[in-house]
Amino acid sequence: MKELSNKVLNIKPSGIRKFFDLVSEMKDVISLGVGEPDFDTPWHIRDEGIYALEKGRTFYTSNSGLKDLRIEISNYINRTQGIIYNPENEIIVTVGGSEAIDIGIRALVNDGDEVIIPQPSYVSYEPCTILANAKPVIINLKSENEFRLTAEELQNAITPKTKLLILPFPNNPTGSIMERKDLEEIAKVIIDNDIYVMSDEIYSELTYKGKHVSIASLAQMKDRTILINGFSKSYAMTGWRLGYACAPSNIIKQMTKIHQFAIMCAPTTSQYAAVEALRNGDEDVDTMRKSYNQRRRFLVNAFKEMNIPCFEPFGAFYVFPCIKEFGMTSEEFATKFLQEQKVAAIPGSAFGTSGEGYLRISYAYSLDNLKTAMSRFKIFIDNIRK
Amino acid sequence: MREELLSIIEKNSRIGLNELAVLLGKNEQDVLSEIESLEKEGIICGFYTLIDWEKTSIEKVTALIEVRVTPQRGQGFDKIAQRVYNYPEVKSVYLISGGFDLLVILEEKSLREIANFVSDKLSTLDGVLSTATHFILKKYKDYGTVLAQKHDDEREIISP
Repeated sequence: MKELSNKVLNIKPSGIRKFFDLVSEMKDVISLGVGEPDFDTPWHIRDEGIYALEKGRTFYTSNSGLKDLRIEISNYINRTQGIIYNPENEIIVTVGGSEAIDIGIRALVNDGDEVIIPQPSYVSYEPCTILANAKPVIINLKSENEFRLTAEELQNAITPKTKLLILPFPNNPTGSIMERKDLEEIAKVIIDNDIYVMSDEIYSELTYKGKHVSIASLAQMKDRTILINGFSKSYAMTGWRLGYACAPSNIIKQMTKIHQFAIMCAPTTSQYAAVEALRNGDEDVDTMRKSYNQRRRFLVNAFKEMNIPCFEPFGAFYVFPCIKEFGMTSEEFATKFLQEQKVAAIPGSAFGTSGEGYLRISYAYSLDNLKTAMSRFKIFIDNIRK
Repeated sequence: MREELLSIIEKNSRIGLNELAVLLGKNEQDVLSEIESLEKEGIICGFYTLIDWEKTSIEKVTALIEVRVTPQRGQGFDKIAQRVYNYPEVKSVYLISGGFDLLVILEEKSLREIANFVSDKLSTLDGVLSTATHFILKKYKDYGTVLAQKHDDEREIISP
């Protein structure tokens, strides 16, 4: 038989996958390894999904998504960021933020264009870039900058072929955020070099030091930004698979073409539920954010007490402690920790080589769970330090 | 800090001062003095344990009693409410808007004891016009906690 696509064959499977196979063979594992909320989707949102099913709303929606939903998304972005997107032609509803990332990159790049990807970051940017025949250019973010992207790092990575910067903040896996002053410096470089930016703001509601600022809200930036967000993290709706992109109409138009042929439309039930989430979900988000924030403080304090270097992260639901002192790779450390203490944490290296020497600890777990995990972590490192 | 402190200890009154301070991002002394003033102001009224008595072998019967009363001049409903809540077997008394006035929650060892309380004590009080007693058959959720079943974590163990 003839060979499969070389391009796909050459893509490495996600570093998490390997670890997943290891974990799934073990019993009674305490996990710190998920990238999704531990809360259930708030009941009034689920109820709206059920109601949509009962009413027989089981048809396709328009390619770009229910009009009501696009209007609510437009209102939401306006009230949180003060940016006005036209629901008619500047917003597309996608199957999770992940699809928006994929089709956004594909709509922008030509063969050989360079896409700048700061790492550590979510696992899909690099393969999506490769699948679009573009070239990933990695910026290794530094712990001394708390894994923020600096203007200097960006400028140094730019070449005449640079087309797009991926801006993944609040960040998975580091929990790092970019504040207004950080973004202003970045924006200047972006404008000076005439490139686009894909701002993945899926964790925008989960910040613990002031409100999230979107780079699209800065002067002259809306025209060159694809803003990506979704319902998974803020409303605990991962399984509903619903995200969206906001961008200038010429970009949305091209993204819609790909979406139309590959996906048709995002799941209808989820779209009806999402309308409810945006209309009446602010309080739920607030409650969840408070709870995450308590756990975040607990973890940061726990690592501090164990003398494990860990900068204070102000976004998402991850902390990113440094485990370099133990002389193991992240993967060795995580594997040993799993085998000896039955706690699963993800090696930082799964999110890029600059994540080497770190662990991603998710706090999308109950405090009790986190407490047990931290006491096991202490036993584990005390044994090594002896 | 007050609202967040209250919402934490409302769900977990056993939490230690040290941990509470960490969760709130404050120092222990500040948290302690806040708790003390909350107690002094009567905002924190007590610390209780949520028990699902059905799972024990101890018999308990709970009834909700709707009571219609005549309010008294100068005292409104307060006087009659006081006469009702002074009975130790009465767990809660609320003044209610709508078709009746007082909602009384009563806990006893048996149906008969509840019947006795209603017929001998409650309905004979001056000012009580009528009562309607509802027995609780099963508690699904109490104080925000679902008693019926435990919620397992069904998420994948690892996800990006």
